[in-house]
Amino acid sequence: MKDQRPVVIILLILGVGLVLLTKLFSIQVMDDSFMKRAERNAIQRVVDHPYRGLVYDRNGKLLVYNNPIFDLMVVPKEFNVQDTARFLELFDISKEHLIENYNAARKYSWVKPSPLIKQISTTEFAKMQDYLIDYPGLFIMTRSVRSYPEPIASHALGYIGEISARQLERDSVNYYSQGDYVGLSGLERYYEDDLRGVKGVKYKMVNVRGIDKGPFKDGEYDTASVAGRNLTSTLDRELQLYGEFLMQGKTGSVVAIEPKSGEILAMISAPYYNPNELTGSEFGKTYTRLNKDPQKPLFNRPIMAMYPPGSIFKIVQSLIGLQDGILFPETTFACNKSLVACHNHPSPVNLFGAIRNSCNPYYHQAFRKMINREVSSNTFKDTEIGLDDWRGKVMKFGLGGRLGIDIVGEKGGDVPSSQLYDRFYGEGRWKYSTIYSLSIGQGELQVTPLQMANLAAIFANKGYYYTPHLIKAVDGDPSQIPAEYRVKNEVGVDAHHFDMVQDAMAEALYGTATRAIIQDLVIAGKTGTAQNPHGEDHSVFVAFAPKDDPKIAIAVYVENAGWGGRAAASTASLMIEKYIKGEITRPALQEYVLAGNFIY
Amino acid sequence: MRGSADVQISRVDWLVVVIYFALVFIGWFNIYAAVYDSQAPQSMFDMSINSGQQLVRIGISVVLIILIMVADYRFFENLSLYIYLVFILILIATPFIGKEVNGQVLSIGVGSLRIQPGEFAKLATALALAKVMERPSFDLTKTKDQLTAFGVLILPVFLILLQPDTGTAMVYFSMFLMFYREGFPQRYYILGIGFIALSLLSLGIENNLYLAIGIVLIMLILILMGKKTWQRIVAFSLIGIGMIAYSYSIDFVVSKLPEHQQNRIMVLFNPNLDPLGVGWNVTQSKIAIGSGGLLGKGYLEGTQTKFDFVPEQHTDFIFCTLGEEFGWVGSLVVIGLFVTLLVRLVVMAERQKTRFARIYGYCVISILLFHFMINIAMTIGLFPVVGIPLPFFSYGGSSLWAFTVLLFIFVKLDSSRSQQLGRIY
Repeated sequence: MKDQRPVVIILLILGVGLVLLTKLFSIQVMDDSFMKRAERNAIQRVVDHPYRGLVYDRNGKLLVYNNPIFDLMVVPKEFNVQDTARFLELFDISKEHLIENYNAARKYSWVKPSPLIKQISTTEFAKMQDYLIDYPGLFIMTRSVRSYPEPIASHALGYIGEISARQLERDSVNYYSQGDYVGLSGLERYYEDDLRGVKGVKYKMVNVRGIDKGPFKDGEYDTASVAGRNLTSTLDRELQLYGEFLMQGKTGSVVAIEPKSGEILAMISAPYYNPNELTGSEFGKTYTRLNKDPQKPLFNRPIMAMYPPGSIFKIVQSLIGLQDGILFPETTFACNKSLVACHNHPSPVNLFGAIRNSCNPYYHQAFRKMINREVSSNTFKDTEIGLDDWRGKVMKFGLGGRLGIDIVGEKGGDVPSSQLYDRFYGEGRWKYSTIYSLSIGQGELQVTPLQMANLAAIFANKGYYYTPHLIKAVDGDPSQIPAEYRVKNEVGVDAHHFDMVQDAMAEALYGTATRAIIQDLVIAGKTGTAQNPHGEDHSVFVAFAPKDDPKIAIAVYVENAGWGGRAAASTASLMIEKYIKGEITRPALQEYVLAGNFIY
Repeated sequence: MRGSADVQISRVDWLVVVIYFALVFIGWFNIYAAVYDSQAPQSMFDMSINSGQQLVRIGISVVLIILIMVADYRFFENLSLYIYLVFILILIATPFIGKEVNGQVLSIGVGSLRIQPGEFAKLATALALAKVMERPSFDLTKTKDQLTAFGVLILPVFLILLQPDTGTAMVYFSMFLMFYREGFPQRYYILGIGFIALSLLSLGIENNLYLAIGIVLIMLILILMGKKTWQRIVAFSLIGIGMIAYSYSIDFVVSKLPEHQQNRIMVLFNPNLDPLGVGWNVTQSKIAIGSGGLLGKGYLEGTQTKFDFVPEQHTDFIFCTLGEEFGWVGSLVVIGLFVTLLVRLVVMAERQKTRFARIYGYCVISILLFHFMINIAMTIGLFPVVGIPLPFFSYGGSSLWAFTVLLFIFVKLDSSRSQQLGRIY
């Protein structure tokens, strides 16, 4: 019996070894769930967010950049403060705030970092850095937010914000993930694909406390992020800045275009907001405030506001009449105030005089000739045919439909068709006398300030335009901009017809907008007054300059500022001077505009 | 010194020596891997990290081995009781002169030079047991001799429990393997194993009613199979009732244990009970070992052990590093080495001419087997977490030296066996 015992002991030893090896085989070889759990434990997939593309103005001056901001992170497990009072003072945080954020961090995780103080400025960060080592469990995490060296062009540039659930759903290529920032308006949205760059992925090893322990497999599986592409905008930073300076405290729009290219030099929507406030953690708060503001600072007036074009439309009427051979420079009509009201000027006038004096009865009579060409003996039918034919010609001027600027939200305005009046009055129940207000740019006509500026560019170009746009180059390469912005749009009016119109516009300044006159710089302009049923009329002015070699075409709307010759013309003139001469020689006029007291 | 004449290199059991050094160096490599930081790699020999310190301890072990090998083999036998008494005294003194860490007083010494008397007391107890039981008339079936042997065993256990160090105390009960070899009646082992099985079943089975039904059925079968005398029926009924009562009472007993011990036991049955709390050690340890796969992640490529997911990774959980970086094949090699070593020691113990040497040999086997079995079993969730090191592997001077001396005294005794008078019966 006793002799068996060593054998039993040997069997016991072998048995122990066998049991251990079997169990090990089952968890190491048979069961791969441990491998996955190990990866979840120690391998962290970190998305390397690319640097969003910068935006420059046409002269290479920075408009939008990425500003690193610092969040003070806390790991509750390691955090330990002896002298709370000193901590509160050093980190400039109130006790309630500290407790609240610390509790939130603890609730989130005991061992993983969460933000304790968000959005620390560079200077505060520099100050804090020295104290950080005294406080275990605290460290700084860097992020970047969009920042603007000058708080301008907020509407054109747009803003970025966290991607919405709906956008995420529509993201068919699964580029985005929860919490990503995406362009929500302006250039940021239109050129999102260029600006965003390509995300990289890093596989990091972390220890039990989530502390970075270096790349996994020396970064074998990592992909580098590719920075977003930089945009060069057509905007002129100085001009935009000056335009916003002039428009402060007012409501309205300024759109300046380089006629020969369609490049938008300045686009001001007043009231505006400081784009620096619509970034980072301030976003939500600022957005709510702006959204509730009765002045609607988020509303992008140059492309969204629609007004009747008013007197300025008379130039379009003149050009269509000339091209169709219905009007000639020497065509005269009497200023018959029984047809439509007019101000006092010599009568009768020829076409030149009509433009110069903005004679309403002239266009009332001229438009009748353009519409009722006796194509049909039925005057109702004749008006219908005439209107639709005319409408087609007007729309070639970029009216009655979206131009296609590179910002989302553009409105197209309206040029009424026969169907519209059929709906209003019934088919065959309206004629010229019903629609005559169109002759002087009133009635159902609706135009955006951008379309008005584009009209000025057409007048300057003598018959063509490039779709107004805000992009000049992508990554410094002008050929990368969307092809549609390099297509020349003809308006179907021969260039020679513009000569007389341009002369009349230059002359018009001496009649209706003397404030706009600049010595040794010939401006061709036209005032307008958009009727406003809710209050004072809107002051409108379009112009281009210099007349013989146009460099800038501009449309200015100042709401509730009355007559076009005052607020709008003065503003436009200062903008032109600023752009062409680079300086302001008429401080008094600038003061007049800034004072904003246009109605007296 | 007379002893030097006894050194007979050719009689040294080289297989044991080779396995010993293989384990020590594999352990050393793993200790380096456990503390290795890929971001700030340090030399394996850097004294500021564990592997460098362990190398020094290995060096000291070699010196100890040489000292043992040149000593007279009679030295250990003659002084065994004195060594035992000295360590009993040290154990008594430890709570007063030792350093308290986490409520335990395990080590004594000055500065960084510290030893854990509990580790060495195993060795002293082994020598003392061998000495006490050496007498030819010593018979483990006799109550008086049983009590003598138990007394020698229980005294250090009692003192170690005062420290308190349950893990080390448990090791002493491994001596029952040696008692088995030396003739302790087999029925006690059957009872003991039955008792442990019943305890585990009671704790493991959620509803003790099923267990009770099982016990009743077994007892009925046993009664029906044998002679149906009144005595047997009463006896089996009483045993069955006792077992059922026990199974119900153990839950109550466990609930009276200190909480950390309770938790360690409960986690064994349900590791998901509290995966971030008490189950953390076992869960993370299993993840580390389990993620090693067949061939492992490669030396120094382990992520779980390196990044502190496994606590105590260079001491009691050193096997995790091996399992993660060398996989099942690595585990196979190390377990193979331990099993080979233990079987070889059985063979060696059986060839001893003196009872002292054989008993001592079995003590070595008992202690090594227990450590090896329990340490690895706990890392893979087969046994509650007990803080005992893996022999020759784990970081730490006391345990390495204690195991070295323990093993090499036996190697010395074995190499001198031809000079010993056959006193075996």
